[in-house]
Amino acid sequence: MVKMYLNSLFTDPERVSRLIEIGRSSFQPLLEGAIIYTIPLTLISFVCGLALAILAALARISSNKLEQIIAGIYVSAIRGTPLLVQLFIIFYGLPTIGIIIDPFPSAIIGFSLNVGAYASEIIRAAILSIPKGQWEAGYSIGMSYRQTLKRIILPQASRVSIPPLSNTFISLVKDTSLASMILVTEMFRRAQEIAATNYEFLLLYMQAALIYWIICFLLSIVQGRIENRLDRYVSS
Amino acid sequence: MIKIKDLHKQFDQLKVLKGINLYVAKGKVIVVIGPSGSGKTTLLRCLNVLEEPTSGQIVIDDQVLDFSQQVPKRKIPSFRRLTGMVFQNYNLFPHMTALENVMEGPVTVKGEKKETVRKKAEILLGKVGLGDKINYYPFQLSGGQQQRVGIARALAMEPKVMLFDEPTSALDPELVGEVLKVMKDLANEGMTMVIVTHEMRFAREAADEVIFIDGGVIVERGKPEQIFSAPKEARTQQFLSLIQ
Repeated sequence: MVKMYLNSLFTDPERVSRLIEIGRSSFQPLLEGAIIYTIPLTLISFVCGLALAILAALARISSNKLEQIIAGIYVSAIRGTPLLVQLFIIFYGLPTIGIIIDPFPSAIIGFSLNVGAYASEIIRAAILSIPKGQWEAGYSIGMSYRQTLKRIILPQASRVSIPPLSNTFISLVKDTSLASMILVTEMFRRAQEIAATNYEFLLLYMQAALIYWIICFLLSIVQGRIENRLDRYVSS
Repeated sequence: MIKIKDLHKQFDQLKVLKGINLYVAKGKVIVVIGPSGSGKTTLLRCLNVLEEPTSGQIVIDDQVLDFSQQVPKRKIPSFRRLTGMVFQNYNLFPHMTALENVMEGPVTVKGEKKETVRKKAEILLGKVGLGDKINYYPFQLSGGQQQRVGIARALAMEPKVMLFDEPTSALDPELVGEVLKVMKDLANEGMTMVIVTHEMRFAREAADEVIFIDGGVIVERGKPEQIFSAPKEARTQQFLSLIQ
């Protein structure tokens, strides 16, 4: 098979020009899918997820037992079930009880809940890694719990959590391809649709893969920059 | 300025403070000495409620906290503002410059204007001899410099009392002097101070009163010359003979 595919590329000039033509003409819709759906889906879900993660992390380290338990169940349930199953429950399951949500918002909800659970563990660990003396120093100048958290602890915790959070973010970019399963016409779904008309599956999926890779590569550059910025107050 | 009545502190089964009574007049410098585990640091941390006492009463200025009842949480921050705390490990905020460290309290807690606080902070840092280092981050400063920023940060809140928890114990020997000098200047200006330290020479020179704590109680108290030259209690004699 491999031989046949490669052979056709060398011996059949028409096949080659057809591939080039399909590659060319599908590039734009794929990129559109990335720009209209994949990237916004990632960004919105990440921001919402992060807010959720901070709340869940604070609940888990709070002295309030009820908050601890609720956050604990949330994190455990989300981490213990497949993302695809969660998306199906939201999009295909909830209509059974009369809750109908469009594909895109369904995806946002699913991914936000998912990021929230994973990132909350990262943020919790980052907060706990800040020495107790920092809390005490904040309290000693009259700061409240909230003020100390916001001004002293979270800025330091954010530095610690950038590398693992970047990991979550990059995973999220790729996980958005699962939204294709709940009818969001993001990049991967477009690749599937185009391939279904011309049967050039390898070409189309390779193209989609390449665009994911480029996005993630750019993100890792941004990550490096943020790390450098936040490292300015630690000796190297 | 400070009145402590029958203060007890218990960690689980461990009784650390067993009924401390102490009165500190305004402008006095009290040095607390004692073997490790005697409760001297706990006493200091109880004064700004970093440790919540099990029972007893603390009065600072005219604010009263009575620990025989549940102390309302909202009362604690305002009570803490009466005291400034200097920590053994400085505990500077590493993500802020020296200037930002000093400005943080007045800006965030008191809600004062940044420009006015900035001037005040610059003056304070000048006073502790760091006028040329205001934009340095803690990691760029020596231990002695960091501790002086710590003192300036505490002073910026204009506390009635300054608490020092072994402020020179983490310092290299050659850096101890610069911190003690700042503390002496502060004492000369009439600041009320409670200092836990092992610097006996400093205690001799700067203290109005020395308190020897052991086993969670005040064993002996008196003028420094009396405590150091003619301690009355056997335990004080033994402790002093070990460290001198």
